[in-house]
Amino acid sequence: MSEQKLQSQTVQTTGHAWDGDLQEYNNPLPVWWVYTFYATFVFAIVYWVIYPSWPFGKGWIGGLSDISYVNSAGETKTHSWNTRALYLEDMNQAAAAQKPYFDKVQSMSYEQISRDPEITAFILSSGKALFADNCAACHQAGGQGVVGFFPNLTDDDWLYGGSYEKIHQTLVDGRRGYMPSFSEVLSAEQIGDLANYVAGLSGIPHDAAKAKAGDVLFHSETAACYYCHGADAKGRKEVGAPNLTDGIWLWAGVAAAPSSEGKVAAIRNVISTGLAKGVMPAWGGRLSPEQIKVLTVYVHDLGGGL
Amino acid sequence: MQTGLEDQLGLYQKRIPIFTRSVKGNFRRFKTAVLVLAYAIFFLLPWLPWSRLDAPSQAVLFDVLGRRFLIFGLTVYPQDVIWLALLLFIAAILLFFVTGLVGRAFCGYFCFQTLWTDFFIWIESKIQGERPARVRLFRQPWNREKLLKIGGTHALWILASFWTGLTFAAYFAYAPQLLVDFFTAQAATAAYITVTVLTLATYAAAGLMREQICTYICPYGRFQSVMYEPETLAVHYDAQRGEGTHGRASVRSGRGIVVERRSRERAESTVAQERRRINRNSGERALAERHEQGLGDCIDCGLCVQVCPVGIDIRDGLQYKCISCGLCIDACNTIMDSFNFPRGLIRYDSEKNLASATPSAPKLAWKRLKIIGYGVALVLMSAYLVYSISTRGSFDRAVNQIRQPLYVVLSNGDIRNRYQIRITNKAAEDQVYVISVRGIPDAALDVGHFREITIKPGHSGLVQASVRLSPELAAQTKHFELLITPKGKPAEVRAEEIRFDTPSLRP
Repeated sequence: MSEQKLQSQTVQTTGHAWDGDLQEYNNPLPVWWVYTFYATFVFAIVYWVIYPSWPFGKGWIGGLSDISYVNSAGETKTHSWNTRALYLEDMNQAAAAQKPYFDKVQSMSYEQISRDPEITAFILSSGKALFADNCAACHQAGGQGVVGFFPNLTDDDWLYGGSYEKIHQTLVDGRRGYMPSFSEVLSAEQIGDLANYVAGLSGIPHDAAKAKAGDVLFHSETAACYYCHGADAKGRKEVGAPNLTDGIWLWAGVAAAPSSEGKVAAIRNVISTGLAKGVMPAWGGRLSPEQIKVLTVYVHDLGGGL
Repeated sequence: MQTGLEDQLGLYQKRIPIFTRSVKGNFRRFKTAVLVLAYAIFFLLPWLPWSRLDAPSQAVLFDVLGRRFLIFGLTVYPQDVIWLALLLFIAAILLFFVTGLVGRAFCGYFCFQTLWTDFFIWIESKIQGERPARVRLFRQPWNREKLLKIGGTHALWILASFWTGLTFAAYFAYAPQLLVDFFTAQAATAAYITVTVLTLATYAAAGLMREQICTYICPYGRFQSVMYEPETLAVHYDAQRGEGTHGRASVRSGRGIVVERRSRERAESTVAQERRRINRNSGERALAERHEQGLGDCIDCGLCVQVCPVGIDIRDGLQYKCISCGLCIDACNTIMDSFNFPRGLIRYDSEKNLASATPSAPKLAWKRLKIIGYGVALVLMSAYLVYSISTRGSFDRAVNQIRQPLYVVLSNGDIRNRYQIRITNKAAEDQVYVISVRGIPDAALDVGHFREITIKPGHSGLVQASVRLSPELAAQTKHFELLITPKGKPAEVRAEEIRFDTPSLRP
């Protein structure tokens, strides 16, 4: 190390001596640090002028910068700058950017939409977000539903119909599925016969003799199953009665039951207790018509048909 | 002048102005050639037209808003980011490879810092004159002449910096339009910010800071020692030859030859006197005379220091500040020639060769593991990049199976799987793509109305596809092929093997 450096390292004192020999070193802050510190003062003052800063009376000093946004009621609000208003303004901008697409969706027929690759792609992505926000809580993220609770939207079995119009109607007005309890109307034996008959409709192993009795009961006025499920047991979409002849079961845990006895028992259970939980809420007042139309096409594309 | 030795006094030394003397020689010619070529490319390329159907007719245009780079006939999309990775890798390996062979060739001849500094020094010398004139001007008090010359220099520097910034911006917008917009205050804010920042940065880096950029900002000089090997060729001073046993020596009139270290101040007279002496004797005899007295070949004229753009003395050995530009070689060779001394007192040589008792002629030593390794990596990666670019299809596709749910059992027992197909058109015009399947019946595929889909250039199309198979067929189908064919170009068909899930595959 050179001599020069050693010299430069000797620390100055403040020049004052107490008690004869007590001195204080003078180690000032680096100049750049001090000026940076002063610069923060200037910054703070500029900030106070532009942005909300000090509490004042019952409110606060708002600062010079304003921010405007349109709230959900359609009113334009202007506030002194704040991050909440900024968020709402950002959302306004995002909505404005999406608007041309939603308008286009609204102006097109379902047939036109299904032939337009650009709008279809828009619906696939925006519909996915809408579905995740509003529908996935019950129908699950992919629309696969939950057996015993919420219908699967990806198969081709539609309780109320899978056409664009029917799906739209379901979304706007909601649905209420109902099946009466037969435990007080029919004997346990009769319910068992019916269960065996219904199991046989979709090829589940069953007791043929009981099924024969069940067949009679199904079409009789005593049980009157055919009122809703139809004489051919293929269901009636007007009332949301399911097709009993296919392999798709929403309410009865048929697929999960390991044995054929268990499958029959699951069917018997539904006949016995009935159903009142098939409620789909109405979205007409909650979502905009454009959003419902997007969701209609999205759900139709999941597995819709007839 | 800075000595070039590692400074012991601190991490930063205030800049000492360097006034470089201009020099003639092979390295200077090479540097000038590189400068002219690089400037021609950089400044003219944005103005090169290139006709395109769907994009601005500019040969090289980095269309950031359009998310594409147009490079002559090639359109690069964000999906091709692997090319950028390859390019960066190749650039890094090339740097290591070249540095291992011939030292910091990039710094000395190709680095934009070197090029712009060189150009700025050229401007400076054209206005203010040669080195002595510039030193004189620097030392003289401020008067009209100094004000005009220094002011003029800085004004030209700023002009050159501005044009540099504007040219850079012209790579990102249609150049003729940008030029008009820029001066009519209609260009994008980003353009003004870019040009301002680059103007200031160029002016500061090439005009004011120069070698400080290399010394304090650029890390390359600091890690050169890692990349150098004893066999690496670099600009070296042959101390053995130059110093002899008694050191360097210049001549003083009347007193014959005396040993005198570092008398650079007398360089001018030295050269003149030595030359007079040489005129009497031949170069060989003069050298023999010096050698008898134990003197080295270096006459300590100091020219190598005067021409150095980073202000170091190469005779102090290899140092991190040396950008390896070769100008000291040119300077020394000029002096050696004038005395009829052999050239190459300062030359490209390896440390190993210089340290040996009997130095041989410098040669490129490439038979080393490091060099060969870098070379192989360089060739492989370059080949892969060329292969990747040349075999790129006119479109990209991605097929994703929808996993929620993986499969659906339909009312008649059929199994349905669903897929999302994304096709990106990389060609320059609209293209119709045909979607079909192989390995399963064609009727099993349902893509709605999009069996044939038209996609605009640079755009993507998203298609929802479902495949429906009977339980028997599903049981024996684990995979099938999805074909995407650009209509009218059956040769460009791309097949993708797709998984088909069935309940029976569940555990």
